[in-house]
Amino acid sequence: MSVFSTIVSQIFNGLQSGSVYALVALGYSMVYGIIMLLNFAHGDIIMVGAYIVWILMSFLALPPAIGAVAAVAGCTLLGVAIEKVAYAPLRKSPRLSLLITAIGVSFFLENAAQLVMGAGSKPMPTIIKGTNIEIGSAHISFVSVVTIIVSVITMLLLTLLVQKTKMGKAMRAVSEDMDSARLMGININRTISFTFAVGSALAGIAAVLYSCAYPQASPTMGSMLGLKAFVAAVLGGIGSIPGAMIGGFAIGLLEALVSAAGLSVWKDGVVFGILIIVLIVKPTGIMGRKMNEKV
Amino acid sequence: MKKFISVALVLVFVLSLFAGCGSKTPASTQPATSAAPQGGTGTIKIGVLGCTSGDYAQYGNAVIHGAQLYIDKVNAAGGINGKKIEYIIYDDKGDPTEAVNAYNRLVGNGITALLGSVLSGATAAVVGEANPTNMPMITASATDAGVTYNADKKLVYKNVFRTCYIDPFQGQKMADYASQKLNAKTAAIIFETGNDYAVGLKNAFIAKAKANGITVVAETAYSKGDKDFKSQLTNIKAKNPDVIFCPNYYEDDGMIVTQARQLGIKSVFMGGDGWANVYKYASAADLEGSIFCSSYAPGSTDEIKKFEADFKAKYPNETPNMFSAQGYDAAIVLLDAIKAAESKNLKVGSAEYKQAIIDGMKNTTSVGLGGKYKFDEYNNPIKNAVIIKLQGGAEKFSEVF
Repeated sequence: MSVFSTIVSQIFNGLQSGSVYALVALGYSMVYGIIMLLNFAHGDIIMVGAYIVWILMSFLALPPAIGAVAAVAGCTLLGVAIEKVAYAPLRKSPRLSLLITAIGVSFFLENAAQLVMGAGSKPMPTIIKGTNIEIGSAHISFVSVVTIIVSVITMLLLTLLVQKTKMGKAMRAVSEDMDSARLMGININRTISFTFAVGSALAGIAAVLYSCAYPQASPTMGSMLGLKAFVAAVLGGIGSIPGAMIGGFAIGLLEALVSAAGLSVWKDGVVFGILIIVLIVKPTGIMGRKMNEKV
Repeated sequence: MKKFISVALVLVFVLSLFAGCGSKTPASTQPATSAAPQGGTGTIKIGVLGCTSGDYAQYGNAVIHGAQLYIDKVNAAGGINGKKIEYIIYDDKGDPTEAVNAYNRLVGNGITALLGSVLSGATAAVVGEANPTNMPMITASATDAGVTYNADKKLVYKNVFRTCYIDPFQGQKMADYASQKLNAKTAAIIFETGNDYAVGLKNAFIAKAKANGITVVAETAYSKGDKDFKSQLTNIKAKNPDVIFCPNYYEDDGMIVTQARQLGIKSVFMGGDGWANVYKYASAADLEGSIFCSSYAPGSTDEIKKFEADFKAKYPNETPNMFSAQGYDAAIVLLDAIKAAESKNLKVGSAEYKQAIIDGMKNTTSVGLGGKYKFDEYNNPIKNAVIIKLQGGAEKFSEVF
């Protein structure tokens, strides 16, 4: 295997994990954009999605397509339910209360999963099967090609949704200025719920893709994934949709690069080092707009 | 009214005092079982120590039940030299302090040898007490090298033996297997950094592989909790090794094999006993041909089949495993040594008697489920490893190596 094909393989490794990070980071960014909340339970929604796939496919022996659709639907419902139960009553509270609630929800989901499903990881059945692709001597797995394609399509659809539809316009308006949007007759509660639904649906898609690539479901699988996606969102500029995509791919490629250089043990350290550097040097991230505190 | 309240309060306090007493009965001070009635030409008392409650109870119960199975069998056949073996079981909960307390109680009960403890930490603590008094001791499951050998003082604890092999042993065995059986010329390693078990196996493998003329072309690490190994594996793929040594636990091993096959790596995967149960965590096709070593192969020999049947008959709710087999073997080695001591006409429990048991274990010729036992200069067993091969999605016994 030549140096060139090793580089090509490593780039695809990075793009694959990067596209999952990007999908998760989008959920973080959209929710933050609209109610200024860092939804730390977002990673755990992915964990629930993975368990849904596991239950349907391993336990009930249903086909993968049903498992995937149910996981996306389940995550969407869970996201909206969390918003209604845990965050909506706190809409007028200080942002810190909201943040702590998000951490509480995250702990709740992780421990509930541990209680119900056990602490060990569950082996996931094969979700998608296909022949691997050879580019020269480089070997690209079918799963990573599917992951990258599915996430790019999802991101394109999301961009269309936000830019071209009425609901997207409402989302942008609410994130710009919630009070003015309300005065213009936009239903704030519905818009916020819709944002949570879209973000969680993305998490559901990420859960399915993640389960294809890393076929195990465990109660804490979402926490590190969520944290890294959070770094991706901050790097791209939290609140910005294209920023989250760029940040996700950047973090994925960076991890692959660090591991390829033989520093795999430092992978997490480098990612969180990026978070610190971004927060010091350019807190608004790559695509972030300059934010003026509303008075 | 005031009086009534004060009387009621006193009553409540008194009651709570009783309640407190009731719940205070410590589990570890009660002998769980003591078999064989006194009589005949006397009994030989031994202590059995292990964690029968707490987080690691599954290991403790397996070891102790395995040992009990053999001791009861010997007693049923008339004991040793007409004397029954009386064993006292104490629970140390896997805790070093509890283990020392329980051991001291056992000494107070007049034991002449100890089988235990189960976890390395608890066993090492007991060794600290048992070594100065030359108490014969055998553990079935403490794999830490320090249990029988103090590396700082270069001192072997002469009274302590074990029937399980120590962590580095597996790395050496697999390096030998790679060169002798697989004719491997190159090897790569992927291991979890910061995990004593994985690092111990890895270091032993590398040292032995080099001695065997195998070139280690890549040595890559990952951190606990990592799920993505593709970057490391891509680097390994570029080196195209004959074998990949993967001395980690089964969940990670399954993930590593799956991702390696996705990247088109065709090398043979090898691992240690942490691989047991890996068949659930990767597809049959991906695992096909992978090899790991263990000290126990279910149903592989007639002796093991007999042991399994007896074990299930005695403990219908448990499955015999590696730990129960090692407990059974520890009892065999110990009782054979006691037999040797008995033949010398010494007084049971005397210092000479204990020394005779220790000598008996040191020069053991016992044959257990794990084959013929022989101890090296560090009192670790020189025994064969059982090689398990993944075939058609099942972990199949391949050979004794």
